[in-house]
Amino acid sequence: MNRKSLTKTLVTTPYTIWMIIFVVVPIALVVYYALTDADGHFTTENIFAIVDYGKTFAVSLELALISTAICLLLAYPLAYTISRMHTRRQSTMIMLVMLPMWMNFLIRTYAWMTILENNGLINRFVRMLGGEGFRMINTNGAVVLGMVYNFLPYMILPIYTVLTKIEQSTIEAAQDLGANRVQVFRRILFPMSVPGIISGVTMVFVPAVSTFVISKLLGGGKTFLIGDIIENYFLGNTGTVNYNIGASLSLVLMLLILISMAIMNHFDKDESAGGML
Amino acid sequence: MENNRIIDLQNISIALGGEQILKDLNLYINDKEFMTLLGPSGCGKTTTLRIIAGFLAPDTGKVIFSGKDVTNIPPHKRQVNTIFQRYALFPHLNVYENIAFGLRVQKCREAEIRQTVTEMLSLVNLKGFEKRNIQSLSGGQQQRVAIARALAVKPRVLLLDEPLGALDLKLRKDMQVELKNIQQRLGITFVYVTHDQEEALSMSDTIVVMDGGVIQQVGTPIDIYNEPKNAFVADFIGESNILDGIMRDDLVAEFAGHRFECLDKGFQKNEPVDVVIRPEDVDVVEPDRGMICGDVTSVTFKGVHFEIIVDVDGFKWMIQTTDYVAPGAHIGIFIEPDAIHIMKKSRYSGLYGDYSTFSDEIEMLSDVNYEKEGDEDES
Repeated sequence: MNRKSLTKTLVTTPYTIWMIIFVVVPIALVVYYALTDADGHFTTENIFAIVDYGKTFAVSLELALISTAICLLLAYPLAYTISRMHTRRQSTMIMLVMLPMWMNFLIRTYAWMTILENNGLINRFVRMLGGEGFRMINTNGAVVLGMVYNFLPYMILPIYTVLTKIEQSTIEAAQDLGANRVQVFRRILFPMSVPGIISGVTMVFVPAVSTFVISKLLGGGKTFLIGDIIENYFLGNTGTVNYNIGASLSLVLMLLILISMAIMNHFDKDESAGGML
Repeated sequence: MENNRIIDLQNISIALGGEQILKDLNLYINDKEFMTLLGPSGCGKTTTLRIIAGFLAPDTGKVIFSGKDVTNIPPHKRQVNTIFQRYALFPHLNVYENIAFGLRVQKCREAEIRQTVTEMLSLVNLKGFEKRNIQSLSGGQQQRVAIARALAVKPRVLLLDEPLGALDLKLRKDMQVELKNIQQRLGITFVYVTHDQEEALSMSDTIVVMDGGVIQQVGTPIDIYNEPKNAFVADFIGESNILDGIMRDDLVAEFAGHRFECLDKGFQKNEPVDVVIRPEDVDVVEPDRGMICGDVTSVTFKGVHFEIIVDVDGFKWMIQTTDYVAPGAHIGIFIEPDAIHIMKKSRYSGLYGDYSTFSDEIEMLSDVNYEKEGDEDES
C-alpha cells in the first residue's frame, strides 16, 4: 500500500464506520423488523397491515403537500426580493430568515400552542374587541401552520441560493430581447431556479410528511399523521408496543419519499442549470 | 442631415450612488455608422450605453430614437439590442434556443424562427452548433452566439459593451475585423464601448472620447489622432509628447526653448498653448543639424521600431525611430512643421505628455485599472 492510499484509508475509515453504525445498521434493523413477526419469523403480514392506515397515509401526504405548496408560494417572492437587494442587506435578511432556527424547535411549537389556544393570545384579543373567539388549536389548519412556520426557511434558502447566482445581466439580456416582466419570469427566472425549487420542496416535504411533534402539539390527537402512529407503535403511548408494524410503516414511508424525490429529480433533468441537490 | 440621426442624446445628466456620472451630455448618432465611445474606467461610456438601451433613466435630458422621445420607454420596447460585457447568454438554453429567444418572445412562427436562426448561425460561422450547450462553448464561440442572438431580432442599433474584453489578443483582432464586416454587410448602426484606443481607431467611423462624464472630442479616427482637442485626448489616443508652448504668431510656435515653424494659426499673439508632437513624427539627426539637442536615457526595442527616451533640458521626449541609437548618446531632434499640433490650454494641461516617469510597470498598473472597471459597471 503506498502512502497516498494509506492516508486516504485513514481519513475515510471513521466516516465509513460512522455511516455503518448510524445509517446502514438502523435501516437494516427497520427492514428486519418490518419483515418479521414478534417471534422473529419471516412474514409479509406487517406490510399488508398498513392497508389499515391508508387513510392516515393520505392525510399525511395531503397536509405535507399543502404545507409544501404554501411554503413555495411564500418563499419564492421573498427569496427573489432578497436576491435582488444590496449585498449587505441580503445577509441581514438571510440572518432574519434563519433567526427562528436558533431557538429550539419544540419551544417554538409550544409558543404557537399558547397563541392558538381557545384561551390563547389571539382569542383573548378577539374577545377583548367583543368577538366570539374561534377554535384554532387541534385542527388540520393549525398543523399546516406549524409545518409552514417551521419548514419555511428550508424552502427560502435553496431558492435564494440559485436566484443569487442568476446575474442581473442575464435578466437584462432577456428584457433587451423584448421580454416583458412575465416573460422574463416564465422563460428565464423560473426555469433557471428549478434546481433550487426542487431542493426546497424536498427539504420541506420530507420532514413534513413524517413529522409527529407538530401534529401532536398543534393537532392535539385530532389530526393523526403517519409519524404519530409510528411513534405510538414504538413507545406505546396509546396502545400496544409493536416494533414490527412500526418498522413496516417506516419502510413504506421511506419508499414513498424516495419515489417522490425520484419524480422531482425527473423534472430537473430537462432544465439542468446546476443547482444544489 | 437632421433626418439621418437615429439616436439623439440631449442634455443627459445622471448621478449614481451620489456620484455624478454624466454631465449635460449631448451626442447624436447617425444611422448605419460605427460609433465608438472611448475613455478610461469610470468615464461614463457604459452608463451612456445603458441609457440608450433603457436600463438606466437619466436624471435630466432626453433620449430621442428616430425622431421619437423614448426616455421613458422600457428596454423591451426599444429597437436596440445589446451585446453584454460577459455575453449574458442563457445557461439553461442551448445555442439554438438562445438565438431564438427574441423571436419566441415576439411569438414568431416556428418556420420563420428556424430560418432566422440558421441564417444567424451562418453569419457568425457557427453552423452545426444548434444543439450545443452554452457551457461547452469557448469564449469566442459564446461571443458569436451573443452576436447572433442580438442580431436575430433585427435591431436598428446594436450596442456593444466592451464585447472583446474577455478574449485573447489574437482572437480579439479577428473578431474586430469580423464585427466590422457584419456591421457593413447588415447596414445597421453600431455603438461600441471600449477603453482600447487601437480597437477604436481600427473599427470606427466616429470616435467619441470621454472623460469624467464629459465628451472631450467627437471625430473620425484620423481627426482624433491628428488633431486632438486637448492634452487628455492627445495622451489617451496613441503616444504623445505634450509641451508647454507659446504662439508667437500665426505659424510660429515657441517651445523647448526654440521657435518652430508650424501649420496652426488663429491663436492670439503670445497665447500660451499645449504643443503635441507624436513620437513617430520626430526625426533623430546629428547634434549639429538638430533644432534642439538632448541625451538618450533609455532605448527599448519594440519590433517595428526602437522607442527611445530623450532628455532635453529636463523634459523627457519619447521618440520612435527605426535606426538604433545607443543609450547615453547626444542627438539632435528635427521636427517638420506638419508634425506639430497646437492645442488650446485646458484643465488637462500639464497632466500628460512628459515621459520622465514612463516605465512599462506604470503601463501595466493602468491595465489593472481597466480590468477593475468591468466589476464596477456591473454592480
